[in-house]
Amino acid sequence: MEKRVGLETAIAVAEAAGLCDVDVVAAYPITPQTHIVEHLSELVADGHLDAAFVPVESEHSALSVCCGTSAVGCRTFTATSSQGLALMHEILFIASAMRLPIVMAVANRALSAPINIWNDHSDIMAERDCGWIQIFAESAQEAFDLTIWAFRLAEDRRVSLPVMVNFDGFILTHTIEPVLIPDREKVAAFLPPFQPLQRLEIDKPITMGPVGIPDIYTETRYVLQKAVTDSYGPICQTLEEFARHFGRSYYPVESYRAEDAELVLVTMGALGQTAMEVVDQRRARGEKVGLVRLRLWRPFPFQALARALGGAKVLGVVDRAVSVGGPIGPVAAEIKAAGYGNSNQPPLVNFIAGLGGRDVPPSDFDLMFDRLHQVALGKKAPEPIFVGLRE
Amino acid sequence: MALSAKPRWTELALGTAITEPASARQNRTGDWRSQRPVWDHQKCIRCGVCVVFCPEGCVQFGLKEKGYPSADLEYCKGCGICAHECPTGCIGMVEEEE
Repeated sequence: MEKRVGLETAIAVAEAAGLCDVDVVAAYPITPQTHIVEHLSELVADGHLDAAFVPVESEHSALSVCCGTSAVGCRTFTATSSQGLALMHEILFIASAMRLPIVMAVANRALSAPINIWNDHSDIMAERDCGWIQIFAESAQEAFDLTIWAFRLAEDRRVSLPVMVNFDGFILTHTIEPVLIPDREKVAAFLPPFQPLQRLEIDKPITMGPVGIPDIYTETRYVLQKAVTDSYGPICQTLEEFARHFGRSYYPVESYRAEDAELVLVTMGALGQTAMEVVDQRRARGEKVGLVRLRLWRPFPFQALARALGGAKVLGVVDRAVSVGGPIGPVAAEIKAAGYGNSNQPPLVNFIAGLGGRDVPPSDFDLMFDRLHQVALGKKAPEPIFVGLRE
Repeated sequence: MALSAKPRWTELALGTAITEPASARQNRTGDWRSQRPVWDHQKCIRCGVCVVFCPEGCVQFGLKEKGYPSADLEYCKGCGICAHECPTGCIGMVEEEE
């Protein structure tokens, strides 16, 4: 059974965690993630969710509590944003290396300074290498669905890794959209009870997170690298199972009218929805333009992306964060590195857009496609291009 | 132990957990030592201060000679705290040369 209701994305994500029957929520409120924490607190207080809600004093403590509760075998959820994610930084690496299948909702927001509560991807890009599986949602339904899916993947015994579900702060968190909400039974049929591979228990003591001296540390990092890259298979498989069970399909990389496109834009997150509109308008004028939406960020879907970008003559990559002092934005750098050494790699133009909540209207995407068109005609473009920068 | 004899990546427990309780005693950590304590039994009054102060708990009575303290060299790190604390100055720190 499913019902269709109008829900704010933040509330939908909290409902999803509730439907997954989480055992523990330890989280600290931070704009624009606050409503997720508030709603989960209400669900527990009102008796709708039989879980321990731990009101911690910081995000550092939130994720530390999550590590402990996941280690004893509790299904554990948390949520954060921006400075909160940054404050979790050191614990993020501990959760992944200890293979604790925590699920975290990240309402993507800019990092200070200057203080900015609005949306971009600065927060998540700073945590790129923390060993968590990282996926992006583009709508309330996607954020809801991927939260449920995240528990299934994280707890998959082939995976046993923490998962971050990213969605754009305010643009999604505070937007009310129609969401199909399945009932508890339907979710339970997709998500079996959490059966950890190992746990802290009195009868069979183990030590989690011991010291790893130089003799062993290299091996431990290799194991984690392999675990995250090898999770790609289970990611695709569990997404297929999700589609069969709930009727909504998600893929690590999703193409929109890109099959025969000469000018292709790559976006991550909610911007893809605006970009699709612009692709439609330009297609209607006979232009061969397309969009590739990168949904899975870690593990990076190299092959799927290469297939999706196959025929492009010029590639535009939209980044919503700055790799300060680096060559180009993090997403563009990844794509460029992936194609390094391929003689037929198309020219790549990097657009830095939508920083700190700056709107990226359809006209901006038109400018980006115009730029790609000029590059196709042989004109050089600076890298990266800060879209809308007042010069 | 040579690096090549240490566990391969395939042999590590999930999350590098230690799954066997009290297995730390299998780790012979004494090979970190560059000096070892030696007791002068002429000066030793057998007060046990060295036993109490050893941060490793590796100094004990009767390990070698009956009634006298000595260090279990499989665990002694050579920190010298026993020598520093000894009220009669009977413990000397000797360079490990092997």
